[in-house]
Order: sequence, then structure tokens, then C-alpha cells
Amino acid sequence: MRIGVVTFPGSLDDRDAARAVRLAGGEAVALWHGDADLRNVDAVVLPGGFSYGDYLRCGAISRFAPVMSEIVSAAGGGLPVLGICNGFQILCESHLLPGALTRNDHLHFICRDQRLRIEDTTSAWTADYAQGQEIVVPLKNGEGCFVADEHTLDALEGEGRVIARYVGVNPNGSRRDIAGIRNARGNVVGLMPHPEHAVEELTGPTTDGLGFFTSILHSVVNA
Amino acid sequence: MARVVVDVMLKPEILDPQGRAVQGALGRLGIEGVLDVRQGKQFVIELEGEVTAERREQLHALASELLCNPVIEDFILIVEGDE
Repeated sequence: MRIGVVTFPGSLDDRDAARAVRLAGGEAVALWHGDADLRNVDAVVLPGGFSYGDYLRCGAISRFAPVMSEIVSAAGGGLPVLGICNGFQILCESHLLPGALTRNDHLHFICRDQRLRIEDTTSAWTADYAQGQEIVVPLKNGEGCFVADEHTLDALEGEGRVIARYVGVNPNGSRRDIAGIRNARGNVVGLMPHPEHAVEELTGPTTDGLGFFTSILHSVVNA
Repeated sequence: MARVVVDVMLKPEILDPQGRAVQGALGRLGIEGVLDVRQGKQFVIELEGEVTAERREQLHALASELLCNPVIEDFILIVEGDE
């Protein structure tokens, strides 16, 4: 199972994402932002970081990277894509997911272990979780406040497309405590917290994040 | 040479925590009566030659696809010299 992890200039978490893929039992394949080539991967992770220095808006310039045109068209054909943090911002800027991620309402960069509730287990990336399961994974962002108009928020909730919500504390002012969403088909998922940093007891607060990466291996096998 | 200015502002319904922080600082400077502050971006683009109708269309596409995110922002594009 080949899971691509894209490196943009300014990506930070590509190595951790690749490591999470390997720990889950997959083969991590490095993808380069400047190459319009997905190297026959079965799924793609857009990792966290500050691609292009977050210039203009987070994810706005990455959207036009050669690798992204390939990803946008492959995602339209059903390729599973997970965007974490900066990756989520890129997915919104690319219009693969609705809404936008804006400056945290309190203006501070936040880094903490965050409790989430998994609300949808039908997506390619959340199938290994139980509905309503609570997990704790690291969260670290300055621009993680998810916003969308009321109609879009109602549609996301009505169609079960909110995949995870913040529990206890809303760390960034996200509308309706939304931490992650998916597209209608369920192959594209964006998540602000970092499951790839919670895959080993030695380095993470839990191993709760591993489920995203085992889910995709199972989803691709069953597809 | 032509000069084009694009102003990008958060939509009125989008919370602007940076603008709010600036407003708070104005209060601390003793400037009274400030009802609201919104922070935006300005792009100044210099172009060779004249801004033709086709060029103008390209600039609008640039503004709406790259300079501004229409989910959260509006833009105003002004070609200098326009009435």
C-alpha cells in the first residue's frame, strides 16, 4: 500500500506523517511539490507546516504547485487525501473542502494535547474509529479557526461531514467546534490537529492518531 | 507603465481578531471614539504597457483566484488613471 506524503517548501511534518504511515503498516512515498507526478500512490497525505512561509494566506500558494493539480484531479476521481493542519488549509484553498481556516480568535499560536470526538466513521480516513470515540492528539496552529457561512455549516452537519469536533476546549474559535471535515464522497478529509504526532508512546501523548493511518490502509484494501 | 491596486478585506461577517487587537491598542494610546478597525491587505501591481480589456479580465481572475479567498474575503481592483 503506497501512501504519498507531499513535501512543500516549508512543510514540517512530512517526516512524521511518513513515519505514521510506516508504523501503520504502509509504504510511505515521498512526493515533491514541484513534480506533477503522484508516483502511483494509493492515497496522499498533505502534512502540516508553513508551506511557502504561509505567505498571502495559509495554503494559498501551495494550491498552485504542480503536484496539487494532479492531486485535485485524482481526488475528483476518488483518490483518498488527508490534509493535516497546513494540509487542511491547502485543501480548503484548493476547493476540495468547503470553508476556510483563519487566525485563531484569541490571536495566539496554540500548542497542546487536544481531546477530540470522532463524529463520522464513514470516511476513508476514520473507518477504524468508533462513532463518538474520544481521542487525544497534539494540536498546534496559529490559523486554525474554521469558518464557513451558516448554510455550509448546516450542510456539513446535516450530511454527517463533520468528522471530528473539539471536546472540552475550543482552542481556536472554530465554528461549531469543528476540528475536521470530509467531502461528500468521503475520500478527502481535512483535520486541524495532528494524528501523526500521536502514533507512539515514546513521543506522543497517546497512540490515538494511528487510526487515521490504519483506516486508510483498510479502506484502500477494501476498495 | 500601468499601476493596479487591489485591496483585499475580510468580509464583514468574518471575525477580524487582528483588527480588534489594533482597536484595543488605539484605546490604550488615548485615541477615543474609534468604533471599529478592520485589517486588510493591499497589492500594488506594476505592468508594462496599457491595461487592455483582456488584461483587466486577467487581473480580475488573479484577484479572485489568488489574491483573495472569496470564502472569507472581498476585493476591490482599481486601475490607476481610471475615473
